[in-house]
Amino acid sequence: MEKFTVHTGRAVPLRYSNVDTDQIIPAVYLKRVTRTGFEDGLFAAWRTDPDFVLNKPEYKDGTILIAGPDFGTGSSREHAVWALQNYGFKAVLSSRFADIFRGNSLKGGLLTVVLPQPVIEQLWEMVEADPATEITVDLVNREVRAKDIVEPFELDDYTRWRLMEGLDDIDLTLRHVDAIAEYEKRRKPWLPVTQ
Amino acid sequence: MARTMAEKVWEEHVVRRAEGEPDLLYIDLHLIHEVTSPQAFEGLRLANRKLRRPDLTIATEDHNVPTENIFLPIADPVSRTQVETLRKNAAEFGVRLHPMGDIDQGIVHVIGPQLGLTQPGMTIVCGDSHTSTHGAFGALAFGIGTSQVEHVMATQTLPMTPFKTMAVNVEGKLKPGVTAKDIILAVIAQIGTGGGQGHVIEYRGEAIRSLSMEARMTICNMSIEAGARAGMIAPDQTTFDYLKGRPHAPKGELWDQAVEYWKTLPTDEGAVFDKEVFLNADELSPFVTWGTNPGQGVPLDSVVPDPESFTDPVERAAAEKALAYMDLKPGTRMRDIKIDTVFLGSCTNGRIEDLRAAAEVLKGRKVADGVRMLVVPGSQRVKQQAAAEGLDEIFKAAGAEWREAGCSMCLGMNPDTLKPGERSASTSNRNFEGRQGKGGRTHLVSPLVAAATAVRGTLSSPADL
Ligand code: SF4
Repeated sequence: MEKFTVHTGRAVPLRYSNVDTDQIIPAVYLKRVTRTGFEDGLFAAWRTDPDFVLNKPEYKDGTILIAGPDFGTGSSREHAVWALQNYGFKAVLSSRFADIFRGNSLKGGLLTVVLPQPVIEQLWEMVEADPATEITVDLVNREVRAKDIVEPFELDDYTRWRLMEGLDDIDLTLRHVDAIAEYEKRRKPWLPVTQ
Repeated sequence: MARTMAEKVWEEHVVRRAEGEPDLLYIDLHLIHEVTSPQAFEGLRLANRKLRRPDLTIATEDHNVPTENIFLPIADPVSRTQVETLRKNAAEFGVRLHPMGDIDQGIVHVIGPQLGLTQPGMTIVCGDSHTSTHGAFGALAFGIGTSQVEHVMATQTLPMTPFKTMAVNVEGKLKPGVTAKDIILAVIAQIGTGGGQGHVIEYRGEAIRSLSMEARMTICNMSIEAGARAGMIAPDQTTFDYLKGRPHAPKGELWDQAVEYWKTLPTDEGAVFDKEVFLNADELSPFVTWGTNPGQGVPLDSVVPDPESFTDPVERAAAEKALAYMDLKPGTRMRDIKIDTVFLGSCTNGRIEDLRAAAEVLKGRKVADGVRMLVVPGSQRVKQQAAAEGLDEIFKAAGAEWREAGCSMCLGMNPDTLKPGERSASTSNRNFEGRQGKGGRTHLVSPLVAAATAVRGTLSSPADL
């Protein structure tokens, strides 16, 4: 997993609330056998509309998504996180995320940041007025900065550490690889092997 | 301190325990199939990781394999891609795979026990909820999600918080014609589809002890439908006899050591379960479902219930919705419900005993006009065994279709599906809306009821013939 410390980039204003996982990545894309390449399925239904924000050239290079409240409701599909990451998003800002989506995103290295709705509104206006506005998501200091805005956000120490170190669950378990090897020595001698 | 069997198996597998963190559990056997593994393999590849223990891993093709013409390319491109991807991944990561046409191919939960890979006291996982089947041997076996599949591949462990424990005591003796499937359908009807939530169920009591291994698997298989994470049955002589001589069962001195250890696994006298449920086997009769969840079941002798009879408003609303979907009227005798399709198979009831039981009923009889019956063995070995016993001839003579091994109409990922409005009597485990095909209507039944229903064209038991 990529380490996340401080990220500065352009942002995409997504003025919708209650964006569910079916809208983030429709079910037809779930039949794939890969973990990459889901960017084409991201917001697939909306992207057929030329006026949809992701289709506008000025937002093409956005790496931070500023979403409305209740982002990521619906199914538990991890594909929703992959689709956002595959597209190039590093962080999503919203005033409220669905629990499972938030859990999946923080496990997978996509930083989801909860900000008060008025701040989200301010950021929307800012990047709509000037799409080249740069926003900084600073995990080290737990704050979001953009022009004159400096807004702190909360994230527990453990998750912050894990993201800053770029450790996924497997990495964390692999830190105990000695314990696993020790355990393997005391397994019952008759346990079956498949090969 | 007195411990339950589930607690013993858990303790035996703790690799690491730390305050405030989940236990890190060692996994003895990882079963893999084509649907839930591709992204896990891809995840490994992206992170440059290997399988820690390919020798504790086995793969098969089951969920979307066709059950006819298995040597032709798979017509459906999605299914074909998944199967081909599994083949590539298995070769690249060194995993033993049983592809279509292989003698050991079959439904993942049928081949593990058959090979003797499923043994008492083990931890077994698979990206599939019906992994609970393997608990029939006194193993702790549960389904996991795709990122956990990847975690097991890379580390052979899983971080887990302990489950709660629940005892389902089935005392008494089953009447003739009443089977394991009827027990588990009655259990689920009693405790509800959420009754086992967060628990490992241990099935106990005289009626359970007297069941064969295959029947025990049927029961543990449907623990999921009762909401539980896993189901278990204490190993005993029946278990040992089933295992002895299987390809991966211990041999010689190791066998004796293993049996010695397996005998220590059953729940200690005085151990306390978080929850207990009681059921009397003497009172059971063939059980069938009328609704769209496995808890909506009644004895075959009774009628479609009236939603008004449910005091719980949530259950009442669910019953109304189910009856509308199933196109059934309250008060209709279950025996009067006409069926289009009979499906005999799945990891619940696709083993040799199930086929034998159904063939016994069908012998010298015909499938009713207008009824289609599919017989899908749970594995290639089951198929061969059935053929060796002449069961295939009985099925074919009765007018049933005799197919290759796989999940088939259990979930309709392959071409074996119900058409909208069609109604099946199915020996599988889920009667959800559209499970066997969009708009299809499913009644869950035992193999005996399935066979009798095929003959009469309406839900029936062998006693009706
Ligand atoms: S037979 Fe049905 S329940 Fe069993 S593994 Fe296959 S799809 Fe799942």
